[in-house]
Amino acid sequence: METDMETEQIYQVDVGNLLAFNPNHRFPSAPSSREELVKECIREGTKLVQAIANTLFNFPSTETNDGPIVQLPPPTTKLPREKHIPRPKPPTKWEEFALKKGIQKRKKDKLVYDEQTDQFKRRHGYDRVNDDNDVPIIEAKATDEPGVDPFAKRLDDKKKRVGKQEKNRLQNLKAAEKAGALPSHVQLAATSLPISGTKAQPKKIGKDELGDVAGLAATSTASGGKFDKKLPGEKPPKKQGKHHKYLPVVAGRGDVNAEKEQTNNVLSKIFSKHSHEILNVGKAINMYNVKKEKKKSGRSDKSGRSDKLKPKKDITKKSANKAK
Amino acid sequence: MMEIRTPKTGKAKRVLEKRAPKLVETGKKTLILHGTKTSATLSSVLMELYRLKKGGAIRYSRRNENIRPFESGGETSLEFFSQKTDCSIFVYGSHTKKRPDNLVLGRMYDHQVYDLIEVGIENFKSLLAFSYDKKFAPHEGSKPFICFTGEGFENVPELKHLKEVLTDLFRGEVVDNLNLTGLDRAYVCSAISPTKVFLTHCALKLKKSGSIVPRMELVEVGPSMDLVIRRNRLPNDSLMKEAMRTSKDKPKKKVKNVDQDAVLGKTGKIYMPDQKLGDMKLLDKSKGLKRERKEAKLKHKEETVSKKMKESSE
Repeated sequence: METDMETEQIYQVDVGNLLAFNPNHRFPSAPSSREELVKECIREGTKLVQAIANTLFNFPSTETNDGPIVQLPPPTTKLPREKHIPRPKPPTKWEEFALKKGIQKRKKDKLVYDEQTDQFKRRHGYDRVNDDNDVPIIEAKATDEPGVDPFAKRLDDKKKRVGKQEKNRLQNLKAAEKAGALPSHVQLAATSLPISGTKAQPKKIGKDELGDVAGLAATSTASGGKFDKKLPGEKPPKKQGKHHKYLPVVAGRGDVNAEKEQTNNVLSKIFSKHSHEILNVGKAINMYNVKKEKKKSGRSDKSGRSDKLKPKKDITKKSANKAK
Repeated sequence: MMEIRTPKTGKAKRVLEKRAPKLVETGKKTLILHGTKTSATLSSVLMELYRLKKGGAIRYSRRNENIRPFESGGETSLEFFSQKTDCSIFVYGSHTKKRPDNLVLGRMYDHQVYDLIEVGIENFKSLLAFSYDKKFAPHEGSKPFICFTGEGFENVPELKHLKEVLTDLFRGEVVDNLNLTGLDRAYVCSAISPTKVFLTHCALKLKKSGSIVPRMELVEVGPSMDLVIRRNRLPNDSLMKEAMRTSKDKPKKKVKNVDQDAVLGKTGKIYMPDQKLGDMKLLDKSKGLKRERKEAKLKHKEETVSKKMKESSE
């Protein structure tokens, strides 16, 4: 037993890691057989485990439902860290200012006494004290301009304050990122357009836009996209072109009189006594004048150009100019 | 123009906080993957290693062609995976003609490769090849004993490095409290020659002995293999210095409900729970305790009588 105790003292035991190291054992350079070697290794291992257990089971243990629980000492073997030690956050602009001026933080109560209603109201949230939206009357001051809406001005001021605060927060986070101490749940991302010459960020296309583009591509095929293979989950294309609903004319398909009435209404409007009132004379004159002016300016520009650059006018097409 | 992005769900926030660098670190997660070609032994080694480290390991099943840990450009994929899975140890297996059954054990610091060690596997015995009484099979996630035997681990620098890496790989989570009934596994590593290490995984049998300390018995449950040292890369000194840096001061845990008063001294409040008067038990008029009640009543009567006699005598 004494020799065992001696060798035990030479074992390097790290109870925190349940680790033991025997630096003094020498394995035979020419092992007898594989099994003998394995047995020897396990024998040595058992001795080491026993050494750790001797220290471990002698620790003061607390009994719980699951069994005796022992407080492990911190491990003694030095192992490299996984990540760097968290860096200290640089103080924010306000914190620096407060330090310089000696301003202490004061704990605010959740309930504040409201003089107007003579009761305690909460500081933030629903039905709060001094809510900006609740003031019924804002008295006019001598410095107020006559046309300015003071309520709108208040909202505007608040928006400006919030925007300023957000800007300051961004600056503080940027400074923290520079020092390598950005809080773990915050990410700073670049959102603006890059300077020309650099790689442009791809514009994000939405679902509807993609659908439209896919539809366009489909209709540009020879068969109008009717026989295109559809991906699983792809919806059929929306009806292209003008959407006209024609009322039924044939007796079997529905109410025939509705269609008759529609056309009769249109005809009666045209042939009626006050048919000249349908035409908006002012608008018609304006349209005519604008067209005339366009033609005049167009002719003066085109005088210098050669005929070859002008788009060839198709004489078979009838001109739409009838209001002359 | 920068935009501040914060997580919109509590779960996302908690995941990010878990991955943030901490002052005191607990366990490292392991990433197990393989290269273009693997042999049968190598794939079973990787699979069994994954099983042994079930709680803290991630296994990639697809092959990775562009990972070459010992070359300067071949580490980028590993670093990317480490970043994505938050793993700081990786085990990369590959099988080539020049290096058959090759295993590269590596560690990361800040998701950059810290150190590497390459071993070859010989004489692999799978855990299916071992027959033992299933009662003693070690449970998943239990903290293991790690034993190193042999002077090689101290004299040969490569073996010293391997010892450190194996400790890091096998130790699991660093805990404060340990349940003594949950100790059921041990890793035995023996330096049988200056270049070879015999590694085996055993289950523990705690037998009764005369004292509180039980007698330990090791039963091989597998897997067992011989590791032949091939190449290694130690970390450069500055990186090692930074990674080994520990913070001396432990973060003081805020003690709640303790106040220091000048007059009273150390004070604390005792918060009493609400007494549910309706649900309170008044008398235990059960028939089983009838005798006890009678005896107690008698005793009480005697005491009052004796007290009165005392007072009257005085």
